[in-house]
Amino acid sequence: MPKHTEDSLPGYRRPAPGTQPNHSHPAYVSSIKRAPSKPLVYLPHTLSEVTGPLFEPSAMDVKACDLTHQGSGEPLGERIIVSGRVLDENGRPVPHTLVELWQANAAGRYLHKIDQHDAPLDPNFTGTGHAVTDANGRYRFVTIRPGAYPWKNHNNAWRPAHIHFSLFGPAFVTRLVTQMYFPGDPLLAFDPIFNCTADENARNRLVSLFDWESTLPEQALGYKFDVILSGREGTPWETK
Amino acid sequence: MTLHATTSQTVGPFFSIGFDRLNRSDLTGAGVTGQRIEIAGRVLDADAQGVPDAVIEIWQANTHGKYAHPDDPQDKPTESAFHGFGRIPTQQNGTFRFATIKPGRVPGPDGKLQAPHIVVSVFARGLMRRLVTRIYFPDDPANSEDYALALVEPSRRHTLIAKRSTSEALLEWNVVLQGPDETVFFDC
Repeated sequence: MPKHTEDSLPGYRRPAPGTQPNHSHPAYVSSIKRAPSKPLVYLPHTLSEVTGPLFEPSAMDVKACDLTHQGSGEPLGERIIVSGRVLDENGRPVPHTLVELWQANAAGRYLHKIDQHDAPLDPNFTGTGHAVTDANGRYRFVTIRPGAYPWKNHNNAWRPAHIHFSLFGPAFVTRLVTQMYFPGDPLLAFDPIFNCTADENARNRLVSLFDWESTLPEQALGYKFDVILSGREGTPWETK
Repeated sequence: MTLHATTSQTVGPFFSIGFDRLNRSDLTGAGVTGQRIEIAGRVLDADAQGVPDAVIEIWQANTHGKYAHPDDPQDKPTESAFHGFGRIPTQQNGTFRFATIKPGRVPGPDGKLQAPHIVVSVFARGLMRRLVTRIYFPDDPANSEDYALALVEPSRRHTLIAKRSTSEALLEWNVVLQGPDETVFFDC
């Protein structure tokens, strides 16, 4: 068993080639002036990278995982349940970790001052929520299926329907911000953000699965979206 | 069993509706000991224009060099009032500012202590993945023997070291996303 001492902490895995986007992706126009041009400096993980912020479950609002009961009435649109597990690359659940979520409403409009899309806001929908995974790494949101919306990236550019996810995991290096998509969306093939990752399988793992198990009769369709965070190298505590 | 980490996607332009709840730009307060500092700067693009839709997240040890985290094995004091996490969105012209304490030294992989530093994530519209960098402190003698700074070519190290300002407690540190004086970003 490797020693776990102050100066030899097990680091976290690095991404397999192609499974994470390059910083520069000119098809996504906003990256042109913002992506770094110089090579990144490889940094072995130190104590500063293998630790990271942890959030007390008690500080979270347990009702924040239901985005359909934030106003005085119910939001418009198709109610859905988005649930899944947060696992590490070794297949272990990541328990008690914060999951932040934000999205457009059913009409494809964000409750944000710079969103100028000519689509109505919904007074009963903020499009924002959070949850903490349970002991088995499970999370569950009740929300509204977001609409597609136009953006200015290129002529007749439309973002496929998506939900933004932000996760922390146990360490600074496990931090992840991503987007969840919906199966069968014809816009996926044309979206430079979805397509910024070279590996097709990695890309397709951003597409949620329709899920009978979490679908509630007379209530809401279920979509399953598992999120994998970087896992420890070496896995010293695991016996085969 | 080996899975692959989920691919990163940009935070996009509207992240504030999801992020604002955890914004934290003052890590000091009652029960937090150490040298209080403020760090102010801008996030700049390739044209030296301020980036108004970016957010930086910081993570640091307390004044004793101890992280508020169970994987920190050091026998050093924790401070219940010091969490070590900050989330600071940029303003209209790309500016940001936060208050914290200068962290103590934490061990590095070479068996020596690292120089005091803050680890930083940068998120913005246009960034597919977060950028990771560090803030070091000016005139700290430990910088010359720091493990991570030594990995950086000497001509670029200054991008990781905050600058003194007119006031003792205020430091300046900028994030240059792209260009000749581009900030050093780490692959980690």
